Amino acid sequence: MKTLGFILQKEFRQILRDKTILAMMFAMPIMQLVILPLAANFEVKNVNVAYVDHDHSSYSKELADKIASSGYFKMLGNSSSYGEALEMIEYGTADLVLEIPSGFERNLVREKYQKVNLSVDAINGTKSSLGSVYLMQVIAEFNRNLDVNIKSPNGKTAVPRAKISVKNINWYNPRAEYKYYMVPGILVLLLTLIGGFITALNIVREKEIGTIEQINVTPIQKWQFILGKLIPFWLIGMIVFTLGLLVMYLVYSISPQGGLLILYTFGAVYLIALLGFGLLISTFADTQLQAMFIAFFFMMIFMLMSGFFTSTDSMPDWAIAVSNLTPVTHFIKVVRLIVLKGAEFAQLKRELVYLALFAIALNGFAIWNYRKTT
Amino acid sequence: MKNEVHNSHLSAANSQLSVICKNIVKTYNKGEVKAVNAVSFDVQKGELFGLIGPDGAGKTSIFRILTTLLLADSGTARVEGLDVANDYREIRNMVGYMPGKFSLYQDLTVEENLRFFATVFGTSIEDNYELIKDIYDQIKPFNNRRAGKLSGGMKQKLALCCALIHKPTVLFLDEPTTGVDVVSRKEFWEMLDRLKKQGITIVVSTPYMDEATLCDRIALIQNGSIMSIDTPDNIVKSFPKPLFAAKADNIYTLLQDLRSADEVESCYPFGEYLHLTVKTATSDIDSIKQIAGKDTVNGLEVKRIGPTIEDSFIRLMNEDNVKENTKEKADGK
Repeated sequence: MKTLGFILQKEFRQILRDKTILAMMFAMPIMQLVILPLAANFEVKNVNVAYVDHDHSSYSKELADKIASSGYFKMLGNSSSYGEALEMIEYGTADLVLEIPSGFERNLVREKYQKVNLSVDAINGTKSSLGSVYLMQVIAEFNRNLDVNIKSPNGKTAVPRAKISVKNINWYNPRAEYKYYMVPGILVLLLTLIGGFITALNIVREKEIGTIEQINVTPIQKWQFILGKLIPFWLIGMIVFTLGLLVMYLVYSISPQGGLLILYTFGAVYLIALLGFGLLISTFADTQLQAMFIAFFFMMIFMLMSGFFTSTDSMPDWAIAVSNLTPVTHFIKVVRLIVLKGAEFAQLKRELVYLALFAIALNGFAIWNYRKTT
Repeated sequence: MKNEVHNSHLSAANSQLSVICKNIVKTYNKGEVKAVNAVSFDVQKGELFGLIGPDGAGKTSIFRILTTLLLADSGTARVEGLDVANDYREIRNMVGYMPGKFSLYQDLTVEENLRFFATVFGTSIEDNYELIKDIYDQIKPFNNRRAGKLSGGMKQKLALCCALIHKPTVLFLDEPTTGVDVVSRKEFWEMLDRLKKQGITIVVSTPYMDEATLCDRIALIQNGSIMSIDTPDNIVKSFPKPLFAAKADNIYTLLQDLRSADEVESCYPFGEYLHLTVKTATSDIDSIKQIAGKDTVNGLEVKRIGPTIEDSFIRLMNEDNVKENTKEKADGK
């Protein structure tokens, strides 16, 4: 126990001495947490619409005004032909082309039927799909409120058709603001970075420089060495987590709806799992470069499959299975549930068991592999 | 308790031995590379024992096996009567190891490194200050400098201090003077001599043949096998033939001429001279001059010299190669 104390003392001395790493561990996460949620926003705004009006009627003008006033679209003037509008898409200035054929108004009144042409630039998948959906909603709304649909030809008001009106209420995130979704996710990723990456690199560094040889000829036992590495980074992880919560509160005024205690309990278990992951990497890698690449490979998987960017529910079955096999997925879910929804312990019991299993499995495997190699 | 019973079985002669190696074999890459090939040697208590051999001879592997960092494929090794495989924990408490590569914490200062290694052995700098005083005094002015910023010689001194701080009974030094300047090397060996006087057994490896004479006994090692173990004096004495040194204005043609001469057994450059032995047991300088073609060679100079460790090493190495070649021929390879 005394030996462990000396090792910890040495570790903290080294960590505190390396100003770059120290800044990386504390300043960078906070900067990222401040900047990233502002930039990474999936709400689709400013969809550029090239409006090709061959009709120049009051109806077509009304539709153009309606689109422009919806708030999602930017009208790019009037193009005289479809070809011209398509060119704008080719140059990237327009995202959508809406072509109104000549006789638009006449046909609507006479035939009660008219097609319009909608062409979408699908390079940016989210923007194009959401943009076209929005636009179609606007057109549908326009259609419903057309005079011809409301008024009968001879001036009498027609009997209004029964309508189901749908009103949305966004629960747990009333204004459906993206930051509420992003900030807790980014906080989790930063914690993952500290726990997984830096621990792995730190242990591998001892291997690379050869100091582990010198340690191995001393009476220091393996568990002391491992604990000496894990404890400091666990503490740092918890501090970063606390700082992250503070930033969340001060900058985004998001305060956890659920209890802090339960949030910290999950954070603590999650960090143990992640430290085991870092330790595991370090048993495989001999150089920091190798460790870096292994960690980076898993980091990409964690980021893209954990439900951080895209909802896991919309993934194919196999991807959902993979996603459930990463601890990050569970922790992101839990943090969102606690911070936004105010979930209680009883509802999250299962997730805690998952995380605990990850912690045991990753650490167990790492220690087993560590024994085997030396 | 178990160890004591164990030790009592050892013969009286063995109790004088600090390190025992018996038929140690170590291979890498699943047996492809034989790093240590049936190496056996003993080190007496309080002896300064040298493993002398070129890079890749297997010295570091032997050190790592003896310091419990590596398991041998077969063979047994004992340090202070303890088995390196089973009693590694006790061994780690009583040996000091200084790896060939500087392996202290570069981002900790001189004092922090020393204090750390003292504390993990459950002691303090003050407790064993006497032992390291001579060496530590030289690096003390740099107490607050980070180890990574020290010069090569000072790094070695710090590493030696750290290896000594827990008062080990056996000290293993793997190429402690490689890459260190001549003055520091000399100082280093003087320090080893003082440590030996304190009764510490020292096993040291070096690729420098001139350092071999500073050891009590040496083992000449090549390609994982020990070629000879004896005192440096005896190894030199056992050189079987008279040795000559020759030089001429054009030393390269002289080397070619001598090597192609039938009477010459071996000839190799050695400093500004060529060292050669002839097949007959003659010790006549004139006959050597004759072989070298004294009338045609400008500035020819031949003298009889006493062999050095390096001469012995080269001779043993050549004999080994010859043996191997004939064996391979016999095997039909």
